[in-house]
Amino acid sequence: MILTVAWIVPLMGAVALAAFPRWSEARARQCAAGVAALSLLALVVAWVGFDPAGPLFQHVDEMRWVPSIGVAYRVGVDGIALAVATMSALLFVAAIVYPVDTLGQPRQYYAWLLFLQAVSLGVFLALDLLLFYVFFDLSLVGMFFLIGRWGHGTPQVSALKFFLYTFAGSLFLLLAIIGLYLSLDPFTFDMRVLIEQQPLAGSGLYAGLVFLALMLGFAIKTPLVPLHTWLPQAHVDAPGPASAILAGVLLKMGTYGMIRLPFAMMQETFAEYSLVVGIVALVAIVYGALVALGQSNLKRRIAYTSINHMGYTVLGIAAAAALFADNQTARQLALTGATVEMVAHGLITGALFLICGSFWQRTSDYELDHYGGLAHQAPLLTGFTVLAAFASLGMPGLAGFVAEFQVFAGTFAIYPWLTVLGVLGILITAALFLDLLRRLFFGRLPAHLGGFRDLEPAEWGVLGVLSLGILVIGVYPRILLTLIEASSAILVRVR
Amino acid sequence: MPIGDLLPEIVLLVGAVIIVLFASFAPHKHQAWAAGLALIALALAAVFSLMQWQQPPMRTFSGVWALDTAAVATKLLVLLAGAIAVALSPDWMRRDRRHGEYYALCLFTLLGVIMMASANDSMELVVGILLSSTASYPLVAYHRGFAPALEAGMKYFLIGALTNSLLVVGVVLLFGLVGDTDYARTAQVLAASPNAAPLALSVAVACIVLGLTFKLAAFPGHAWMPDVAQSAPAPIAALLTVAPKVGAAVALARFVSLLPASQLWPVIVALIAVVTMTLGNLAALKQTDVRRLLGWSSVSQSGYALMAVVVIGVEPQAPGALLAFLAAYALANLAAFAVVTHLRGRTALEDYRGLGRTQSITTLILILALLSLVGIPPLAGFFGKFLLFKVTIASGYTWLAVVAAINTVLSLFYYLRVIAVTMFKPLAGEVHVLGTWSWLTMLTSGVLLIAASLGAEGGLVLAAVLGFVG
Repeated sequence: MILTVAWIVPLMGAVALAAFPRWSEARARQCAAGVAALSLLALVVAWVGFDPAGPLFQHVDEMRWVPSIGVAYRVGVDGIALAVATMSALLFVAAIVYPVDTLGQPRQYYAWLLFLQAVSLGVFLALDLLLFYVFFDLSLVGMFFLIGRWGHGTPQVSALKFFLYTFAGSLFLLLAIIGLYLSLDPFTFDMRVLIEQQPLAGSGLYAGLVFLALMLGFAIKTPLVPLHTWLPQAHVDAPGPASAILAGVLLKMGTYGMIRLPFAMMQETFAEYSLVVGIVALVAIVYGALVALGQSNLKRRIAYTSINHMGYTVLGIAAAAALFADNQTARQLALTGATVEMVAHGLITGALFLICGSFWQRTSDYELDHYGGLAHQAPLLTGFTVLAAFASLGMPGLAGFVAEFQVFAGTFAIYPWLTVLGVLGILITAALFLDLLRRLFFGRLPAHLGGFRDLEPAEWGVLGVLSLGILVIGVYPRILLTLIEASSAILVRVR
Repeated sequence: MPIGDLLPEIVLLVGAVIIVLFASFAPHKHQAWAAGLALIALALAAVFSLMQWQQPPMRTFSGVWALDTAAVATKLLVLLAGAIAVALSPDWMRRDRRHGEYYALCLFTLLGVIMMASANDSMELVVGILLSSTASYPLVAYHRGFAPALEAGMKYFLIGALTNSLLVVGVVLLFGLVGDTDYARTAQVLAASPNAAPLALSVAVACIVLGLTFKLAAFPGHAWMPDVAQSAPAPIAALLTVAPKVGAAVALARFVSLLPASQLWPVIVALIAVVTMTLGNLAALKQTDVRRLLGWSSVSQSGYALMAVVVIGVEPQAPGALLAFLAAYALANLAAFAVVTHLRGRTALEDYRGLGRTQSITTLILILALLSLVGIPPLAGFFGKFLLFKVTIASGYTWLAVVAAINTVLSLFYYLRVIAVTMFKPLAGEVHVLGTWSWLTMLTSGVLLIAASLGAEGGLVLAAVLGFVG
């Protein structure tokens, strides 16, 4: 029940916001934040009630929907889904509370954010392939309207490109889902049945094609090089909080999908191609970092670091999928690392994009060269940016390090060369973040920034909560790891 | 003669005759009452069709008339489309001083479409196609003083005349080859000697399929569709983008099932499907006119529908998938055209700017209709497309499903363009709407679309039992 509450409450909030035309901006925001927080609370309750020694999927809810084709409303979580979903809900609360210019349509803005929250959580909570696909597609609709209506620059072009590109990916996904579905007897979309039966094991070309279609669909969403080209433009033109959601939540659907579908349901096929996936991930790591280093636009630079970080996650997944390497511990480590990376990246990059939003609200400018010397002018902003940047480049004691250490440690036992080359990515990331901090906060303050305001309480409050999360995971990762390891152990058959 | 088997059709016929008589004697201000008569006739016909649902599938009237679940489902769908088009019309036609017989023509068109779908005999098929064509030519050109409508009517008529005569040639050739027009007999003869006269049979099949592509608005008989969608009275555009397509798709499915494998018809239908969907989508991309865009989108949707016809011989679920897809398409397209009608037929994309600011319900219905046409879950269109993909992949036509998926992405582009204009652009000028009736009908069509989406289970259960007689 608790999981259904978690996604349906924001949906009802969205409908309520759309239906009551008289609410003021402040009222709409308070209401939206309250609803989003309720949903977060529901997930926290689910987390507390999660038994690490229990079965893979817990809190399962099931209801008839379209039995004639084997579709049902099925939700349930393992530790991986729960960790990512809880992080997502937290990020949604942050994005809603964060002040933004709603262009005179606050109700619609918050309604779309809540709608997006409902369907995004739905993606992580669904235990039915078709339900998963429904939520996966609806998340595109929500983001399309957020970017198109409240973006800047050329928002409609970006929104269209985003929708078309990622919808193409999701259609590959649909074909693959039908392929998986037709391989079962009797036909069903129940993920638990698919995971248990591994229906395509040993079916050669057919399995290869289904796997390819699945990976294409998720690679576009993640995004992996060379399918990443929709991402920078969508990010640059989206409003700050929507960017935070895009990077923090929507990209996770790609990697989460990789774990939930091909990794869990087609283990044999994934093992066969794990080296290829690992190499693609390595390319994404190095290429993403190098291109980010070359950007002079603040938001574009952070957008490209997302490609780099999602590359670590995919590398971890690929290493964990290498069934032939008889090293369960290393595989489990890699999978756990990949999941922690998802959570950490959500919090860190979410914070960074919210900070970008603050810059835009003040100057409507993302050019790094137009800034400088803000350390004295805006100490709070500087502090939070430095913390998030250091977390992102993998400083020990912060969340990013926990994730990247586990990914690399796990991968090293399986694909040592990929690891050696992948560490280069961290080096470049360090360089690009230090360069970013230098150009924004140090040096001489340009004359036109004399009136630059520091963060308001609403802004630093939100960033404070996210930073606290980053710190806690960095210093005491056990709270997160207990949850994730419970499931990664089952998925790589340690337990 | 088992007259009772034809009750729905007889009701339509009698209704149409009564309307013609009524329109001849009624004063101008009461012409719109004919719409009420037409609705009553449609409702009665629907009730009688429903009563046929429980009967075991059979052929009646010496075998020329199929009475199976697929035929009944088609009737209900076509009657529903007719009812929505008729209900939209009184407000639209208010300014036309003589329009009583307009409703009679609508009923005749529907009667022709139903005959097409139920025909189990090639002569019967010809009669159905000709009736639905001749009755709809004047409907398209009903606005006598509106030059584009006359042009669309002329185009529709010319293409129709050409393809219909080819159809008759094909039927005559087929009759010469097998010595009978009855489908059951035709199938027997063709199965017994599949290679007796392969070339003549191919020519006959080509002519008949060509005749049906005209009604389907599929390549190569599609060229009338965008013009009719753009210039015909908007309720007629709603009717003609939906009803003939449904009837013709079922008729085509019945016809190709007769053919021997040596005719390679699955490949030919698959190619027509690919060309139709791709052409329709590519042409729709550049349109700056919403009604023309919907016309091209309707062409591309015919292409998707043909996917189910490709596998009709090997996949028992194919008739269900075909009709489920057509039903979802019909509901979405009717809703979209109901919105267009309610907005007084506003047609240029520019004129839809900022519509969401003042007309929120109208815009919502339009957006739902367009998203359903793309196949965004959980709207009805998604389930239709899902079933199509499922039957094609299960029958080994994965490449066709991939082509359809690519086309779906392509189509998303132009549907989104319309949505973006209504939602993201500032409002330009005042928005004039038609009247209470059109508003209610539009609302009904929107509610039907939502109900079909939420009640997809019911539709899928029904679809699973659909099948052809014999």
